[in-house]
This record gives sequence, C-alpha cells and structure tokens, in this order.
Amino acid sequence: MADKLLEVRDLCVAAHVQKNVLTPIVKKVSFSIETGKVVALIGESGSGKTTISLACMGYARPGCTITGGGVKLDDIEVLKLGFLERRRFRGTDVSYVAQSAAASFNAALTITRQVIETPLIKNLMSANEAMEKAVSLYHELDLPEPEAIGRRYPHQVSGGQLQRLMAAMAMICDPKLLILDEPTTALDVTTQIEVLQAFKKLIRDKHTSAIYVSHDLAVVAQVADDILVLKDGVMIEYGPAEQIINEPSQDYTRELISAAHIMPKSMPKPRPLIIQTAQNATAQPLLVVDGVTAGYGQNHQYLALHSVSVEAHVGRTIGIIGESGSGKTTLGRVISGLMGSKQGEVRLDGIPLADSIARRSRAELRSVQFAFQMADVALNPRHRIRKILGRPLKFYFNMSEGEVGHRIDEILDTVELPSYFANRFPRELSGGERQRINLARSLTAEPKLIICDEITSALDTIVAEAILKLLRELQERLKVAYVFISHDLSTIAKVADTIAVMRRGKIVEYGSTVEILTPPHHRYTELLLSSVPDLRTDWLDTIETRRAAARIAAAG
Amino acid sequence: MTVPVAELRSLLRELLSELTPTVVICALILACVILVVLFAPLIAPYGEGEILTNDSFALQGSEGKARPGSTLLLGGDFLGRDILSRLVYGARVTLSVALAISLLAFLLGTTVGFLAAAIRGRADAVLSRIVDALISFPSIMIALIVVTSLGSTFTVLIITVALIDATRVFRVARALAMNIIVQDYIEAARVRGEGLGWVMWQEVLPNVLGPLAAEFGIRFTYAILFISALSFLGLGVQPPHSDLGLMVKENIQALLYASAYDDLRYALICISPALCIATVTISVNLIVDWFLKSTGASLPEEL
Repeated sequence: MADKLLEVRDLCVAAHVQKNVLTPIVKKVSFSIETGKVVALIGESGSGKTTISLACMGYARPGCTITGGGVKLDDIEVLKLGFLERRRFRGTDVSYVAQSAAASFNAALTITRQVIETPLIKNLMSANEAMEKAVSLYHELDLPEPEAIGRRYPHQVSGGQLQRLMAAMAMICDPKLLILDEPTTALDVTTQIEVLQAFKKLIRDKHTSAIYVSHDLAVVAQVADDILVLKDGVMIEYGPAEQIINEPSQDYTRELISAAHIMPKSMPKPRPLIIQTAQNATAQPLLVVDGVTAGYGQNHQYLALHSVSVEAHVGRTIGIIGESGSGKTTLGRVISGLMGSKQGEVRLDGIPLADSIARRSRAELRSVQFAFQMADVALNPRHRIRKILGRPLKFYFNMSEGEVGHRIDEILDTVELPSYFANRFPRELSGGERQRINLARSLTAEPKLIICDEITSALDTIVAEAILKLLRELQERLKVAYVFISHDLSTIAKVADTIAVMRRGKIVEYGSTVEILTPPHHRYTELLLSSVPDLRTDWLDTIETRRAAARIAAAG
Repeated sequence: MTVPVAELRSLLRELLSELTPTVVICALILACVILVVLFAPLIAPYGEGEILTNDSFALQGSEGKARPGSTLLLGGDFLGRDILSRLVYGARVTLSVALAISLLAFLLGTTVGFLAAAIRGRADAVLSRIVDALISFPSIMIALIVVTSLGSTFTVLIITVALIDATRVFRVARALAMNIIVQDYIEAARVRGEGLGWVMWQEVLPNVLGPLAAEFGIRFTYAILFISALSFLGLGVQPPHSDLGLMVKENIQALLYASAYDDLRYALICISPALCIATVTISVNLIVDWFLKSTGASLPEEL
C-alpha cells in the first residue's frame, strides 16, 4: 500500500448558531488520500463538503470552529499549527481552487501577476522563474496563447479559461494537495468537460493528490479514485469510485446516482403534440414565436436573437438548449414581454402579443408566466409567502382576502408544501422549497404557458429531480405548456417534447426530442451530446477523439 | 395590509439582545431630551425671555436680583436671562426644526431618488447631474444666500435646509434602490404587470428601510449642526426665540469674562448649549452605528 499523503481522522466542525450555542455541521468524518490520488467529496448543499475541504487547510469559515479530530498532511498535524505556520503551509503545501474563478481574481491586475503572487511573496522563486513556471503550466492546461494570455486581465478571458488559470495559480508552488471546490459547476457543459480534462491531465502529470468537491456524481466519476458520500455532515458511504457507482450499498447513494446529470437510459415516450380538447379544437399551437430578431442596446444594436421561430403546444414542453450567450434567456424575455423585438412577432392563441408589458392586457400577462432561475433572488426577502402568492391572486382575479387564503392553501398543496409555510419568509425555506414557491407563484395566475428559465440549474441534483417530477405532474393535471430553458441537455431530454438547440442567437436544430437525440445529429448538437458525461469512470478518457471531431466541425 | 407584528417583535428581541451599555446610556439621554422638548414649559423654571438679573453673565447658582427668590441654576446670559430655561426652550426649537427638516428632506429625497432609480435613462441622468451640481456648492453658502435674500423665518429656514439635505438623501435612496431594482423579484413584479407605485412601495421600500432609517438618524444630526451653525452666524433662528446655536453666539463674550477673571465657570455659560448639541448628536450617531451593526445593514459606500 502506498503511503498516505493526507489523513483526516474523526473530523468535527461546528457552527455558532447563536451566542454560546454550537451546532455540529461535520460529524466524525475520516478519510485518507494516497499520493497522486483524487478523493471526491459529494453531497447536497449543506452536507459539509466544502467545510471539510477547508478544514484540510486548517481553516474554518467565520462562525465555524473545528471542534475535534485531526488532519495530517505528510508529517504535519495541520490543526496543531500556529497561525503563522498555517499561513506558510497554505498555498505551498496545500492550495485551493474556488467555485467561481471570476470572483476570485482581482479584475484590476493582470492574470500572471496574480498567478505568480504566492511564490513571490513567499520568496520561493524569482519573478522570472515564476513567470516561466506559469507559462509552462498554461501549456499543460491547454490554454490558448500560453505566452501571452497572462498579460491579459481577468475579464478578457472566458470563464473556462479563468478556471484553468486559477488552477495554474494553485499549482505554481507544486502543492502536495490540491483542493478543487466545485470548479466546473458554474461553467457551460461543453466548457466543463474541457476544464475537467485539463484538471485530470494536470493531476496525473504532476502526480498531485487532490480533493474534488462536487454535488454531481457524473462529474465526480470522471476524476475521482475514491468517493466519499456525505449527507448532513455524516459519512454515508466511502470507497473506490468504481464500487460506489456500480454497487452502491446505501439508498442515498442510489438516489444520487439516479439524479446525476446523465442522459436518460431510454428515450422518453413521445406524446402527440396536439391534445384535442374542447377549447383547442382548431389544434393550433398555443404559442408561436415567428421570426423574432431582438437585441440589446439602442435600437437592438447588439443582436441576441436572429429570426428565431419556435412553437409551444398546450400541455407540452418545448426545451430550449444552448450555452451562455446563445440567446435562450433573451428568447424567454421576448416571449414574456420583458424585452421588445426588432422583427417578427409572438402570437398567443393566434393573437399577436404586444412588444412590452405595458401594452399587454392583464389577461395576456396572466396567460404567460415567468419562473426565474434563482428562487432566492426571485422572491422578495421581505415578503411572506402569503404575500408572494397572494398578490397575483388579488392582481389578476380581484379575490377577497378570504378567497386568497383558501387558494394559497390549495396552491401550496399543489407544489407539495404544507400550508403553514404561508407565514414564512423566503429565507426560512430551503433552496428546493423556495424553487417550489417560485413555481407556485407562476401557477397562481393559472397561466397557459410558463417560461422556466434554468429553474433547476442552481439546485442540487436530487432536489432538481424532484422539481422536474413536480413539473411533469402539474402538466398532466393542468395542461400547462412549458418553455423550458436550460444549458443541460440531460435535463431537457427528461422533460421536453420538442427541442430547439440554440447557438449564437440562432436555432441550429429544431425537432421532436426523439429526432434530436437520434443520429444523425447537427454538428453542434453532437458537441453538446458528447459533453454530457456517462456514469463510468473511464468515460472522460474515451471521448477525447469524438469531442475533438465534434468541436472542429461545430466551429467550422 | 396586515401589520407584521411577529416579525417586528422578533426584530426587537434580536436588537435588544445586542444592547451595549453605551447604547443604553445614549438611549436614556435621548429619552430625557425628548421629554424635555415635549414638556418644555413645565420643565423650564422660568420663561424663555424673562430677565432675572441686571448683571451680564451671572454665575451658576446665583440669585436673580430682578426677581427676588429666583435662582439661576446654570447661570444667566448676557441679558440676565436664565440659561437653564433658555436651554430647554432652545433645545425644543433646534430639535423640532431639525426634525421638520429631516422629515421633509426624506419625503422629497426618497421619492425622487426612487423614481430616478426606477425610470433610469435620461430622467435619471438629468436629476443626478442637477443634484451633483447642487452638492458641489458648499451647503452653508447656499443656505446663507437664500436665507439672506428671503428673510430668516422658520418656513424659509426649514424649506431651504430640507432642500439642501434632500440632495444627499436623493443619492442614498437612489443608490439603495438601484441595488434592489436589478433583483429578479422586481422583474417578477414587472412581468406580472405591476405599476410603478406597487414596485416602489411594496417591493423596494421594505428592503431599504433599515439603511434609510440609519440615514435618517445621520441626517437628523446634520440638520441640528446645520441649524446651529446658521444661528451662530446670526442667520438662523432669530431672537427672542432661543436656539442652541444662537445661545452660543449670544454668550460668546462669557469666554472673555472667563479669561479676564480667570474663572472657568463663566466659560461654562457659553459652552453649555454647545455641550447639549454635542450630547444629542453623538448619542444619535452611536445609536445609528449600533443599529447598522446589529441589523447587518449598511449604507451605500460610494457616497
């Protein structure tokens, strides 16, 4: 057995909830890493995975205290180090890559200056040596123009590049242990795979050990040797990656596996697009977006949509997929009236909708509802749930106070929340519960169409799965149509009847889910498809050739 | 609209749990000041303009010769009026004028500031530039010019200073509202079809009340200082009304007495109104600091 680089024994961390009250948030967690291996910490938010990874650097976030256990790196007892010794040891022996590289770089300094800061202030290298080291790391991380990229400022490179540059910053002192905290979560799917590949190669070449923190099992499976499954600060399961993925012994692990962002095994059963009902006898589509061109700036100077046409049907879901900058959110905004269009029109039940909210009738506004991505900023923190849900009822239906109360109970029940939640504030709810309220607010208007803008993207996989299930049930019952906007093809594949693939403001492929997902694919669709990981540990190594071809084709 | 009693109660409990001795003392001082201001005629031993002695600057505790049996607890002013009584009435005038100024400034500043934040575009640019221009003048100079030309009545004073203060409130309110208006819940209200009134009062205002309350405290202290300064320069509250700043001006000669007779008790006659100003403003400021700290609110930095 190889020597253990890092050993964590019975680690306990507690948070100060009130004065003099400690609530344990990590309970007796033990694991170890051998040199050159990667351990993944996986769990929902609040499972303590970031707290543990920070404790490995001897750090507890403000309000938290490490209350017990030990962390041993090589021969150093990390938790016994004094303040100055810890400072010396961080950045050189252990380094950290945070989730949002954009928030971690100083926008006012060039990139290389920040990358080489650690060895310079610690007097480990001369400036020239550090520069050379940085450039060689840029080479290894497959960054474009490795000689020149360091002279740019953080806003001049893409998100995926910045994340890799941050890895270069972490690796510049050749740390023994690298901690990666959700390093790809904020990235687009296609970029995520590239960054993941770069990280994997770097770790392999440098023979560094790493802790990889994530909530997505499909991503973790690609890089980890061992996986530690966490829930509420307790170890659920710990073992080699192969074993966790193929023969999980715990129910919670199985739940994580079924919620992972992978393509569904079987194609969803196609539903006829048109439901014959009394109101819908003519069988025309509910919503038609007809050749819409729109953009930002004065007079639509910067176009975000180029003659886009899609249709949504009663009781059906259209999935809009694309990466950031593809115009998918703009499309949602144009449909909802938040943005005007330059050309083309949006028709609801055959009647053109006005360009702006002010010129739409209340009935039209009611028919098209918008569900926002981030429920925590889409709900007014100073309003109780009662007010958040009650306002649309009063606004659209002029209901009396008594009727409103009754209806709120019903709606809360629809989204599977207890009625006493009406008295709570959004901050007193969990992320998943808030997203349900967000959906419930759209439902109060009894709309014909709901635009769901990335509503599951900010959620943990298991919670997201539950929201998707709720969406499907509501659709069965209420015959509401969804425009489901997402960057994640695996999510879209689970909910959509038709799919529109968007890129740079244009629709590159549009058709039923089955058509889109069965070959032959459009070049870009192929690239997206090849970016959705399989739940296999060797998947990342096998796709390189397929992706390289797809990337070249898509770029051309 | 229902009153959020439970929420208020929990906020109050939270605030009370973080009380510090300093804050308790400041709060007690302010409570006393408020009582004095409200019941000035009952508390003041003598009338506002009543002359108790023919001497200028009678010492503390001396007897008022013009009115047998009277005692000048804190001494007499240059006309032989009771300093304590003048202080009580002066505080009443200064604080109520300051309060009127702050209220008016807030009404105006927040309304226009919110509007600017909501409408954006050209209207906001024009309003902001006007405010920038106004702020670039020394405020005391504007006040002096306006008051000299229009006459120093309470109405003119209050409206002038309130307008000057409103420019600052405008900036704060606009900056605070700007941060809220870009939030998704505002967009959610707009996409529902809500009007500007609802968005401003129901969606934005509750989220900026904390910092605005703190700003109100700070503005209030500035108004006290400003009014006092104007009165000291002779352009604020006019005699025979009493005012804390005016009292400092009137009795500044007492400082000469203090050096001539080498007796600091004379100096106290002039300094006591200044001490009152300092006590009130420092108390309000400390309470505001504590409020900001314990509610976790903060005022916009760029101002």
